[in-house]
Amino acid sequence: MIQSDILIIGAGPTGLFTVFEAGLLKLRCHLIDALVQPGGQCAEIYPKKPIYDIPGFPEILAGDLVNNLMEQCKQFEPGFTLGERAETIEKQQDGSFVVTTDKGTKHQAKVVAIAGGLGSFEPRKPLIDNIEFYENKGVAFAIKDPEMYRNKSVVLAGGGDSALDWAVYLSNVASKVTLIHRRNEFRGALDSVEKVQNLKQQGLIDLITPAEVTGLEGSSHLEAITIQKEDETPIRLQTDALIPLFGLTPKLGPIANWGLDIEKNAIKVDNTLDYQTNIPGVFAIGDVNTYPGKLKLILCGFHEATLMCQSAYKIIHPNRKSIFKYTTVSGVDGFDGTRKEAPKSIIKSID
Amino acid sequence: MLDITLHITDRDGMTHEVQAPTDMVMNVMEVVKGFELAPEGTIGICGGMAMCASCQCYIESDHILPQQSDDELAMLSEAFFVKSNSRLGCQIQITEELDGLRLTLAPEE
Repeated sequence: MIQSDILIIGAGPTGLFTVFEAGLLKLRCHLIDALVQPGGQCAEIYPKKPIYDIPGFPEILAGDLVNNLMEQCKQFEPGFTLGERAETIEKQQDGSFVVTTDKGTKHQAKVVAIAGGLGSFEPRKPLIDNIEFYENKGVAFAIKDPEMYRNKSVVLAGGGDSALDWAVYLSNVASKVTLIHRRNEFRGALDSVEKVQNLKQQGLIDLITPAEVTGLEGSSHLEAITIQKEDETPIRLQTDALIPLFGLTPKLGPIANWGLDIEKNAIKVDNTLDYQTNIPGVFAIGDVNTYPGKLKLILCGFHEATLMCQSAYKIIHPNRKSIFKYTTVSGVDGFDGTRKEAPKSIIKSID
Repeated sequence: MLDITLHITDRDGMTHEVQAPTDMVMNVMEVVKGFELAPEGTIGICGGMAMCASCQCYIESDHILPQQSDDELAMLSEAFFVKSNSRLGCQIQITEELDGLRLTLAPEE
């Protein structure tokens, strides 16, 4: 069981800044995120895009903002459970909560802060009949262990970086790699596109474009697929595996079943005080919450996180008074023993 | 300030006539969101960066639209329910030339 004072669900900008604000109050945080890296949308969807409305930063790349937030909170030693999705929440007799992920990892904390953004990112699944039936029976939407495909014939579908990169990688592992995309153009790093081009010329990757996978067959496991090229008769291709890589889409997911008040795909909170949900001890901050006048902006998430931490302190230490401090005056004492403080002014007389 | 009229058919098949301002640097996705013609969280998920297809729509009038960028073409090539008249609403700015535009929202993925 992983213990912390505040369990944060979602390691995007709001979740990361919560670690800092909680740390100032000497509260320890642990974060769960379905993605394998921290940063949420900023890291997953648009790391190279600029943001212009972070106070104090006329322009900052989303990926750099995440790096800065990680640097800002590192002395508070946040714990991370990455690549796992928070699945269930159970209230304990002592008032704390136990949150379990889809992989069974258990986390306990007195306060849960849902900073889940638009939800957890899940693969976009193409609309092919029976595709659910073949899931894990030849069809996969992500590659967890490429060795699974050693000496197998594999079809990849998609036109982005992950489809290109995996086509290159698997060309050394699988017995046959076919890449199918709806267009002749690929959207990926120039280097990846060129590598695929070379491998195609060497006959190591079969490229079928513009085309789409329209059918699946096999009695208990995928055996063959149907490929439709525009204005042509469909082709049947035998294959051991089909891996559609069409990017990720956020889904609110299991949080929707936690008994929280949900409105417009977001969690209703008390915006007059501390962004607490209808379940005392469970807060929702950042893009995942809603209240009258809500704006889904990173800067609003920072503010919400800060106020939430004050209430979290009162729940965790009911008999202690929290004292509000300015970092410029008090400095920042990390859990790792580091201290940041304003340099002392020098007192020296002038002769 | 000049408003234009758009005819937007929502995902339930209901057509709405809405007035959209041309001086607010708005796009079609934002108009749909503003008038709540699709539930929050089901449209404009990426915020308007042509990085999701949640604002895909079918253009049903013969207005001349801004050209598709590479990003939009690439996104539509991976989207579902794509037709020859598919566009991403977030890539269509509201301008006077679009007065009377008719469109239908593509189904939710």
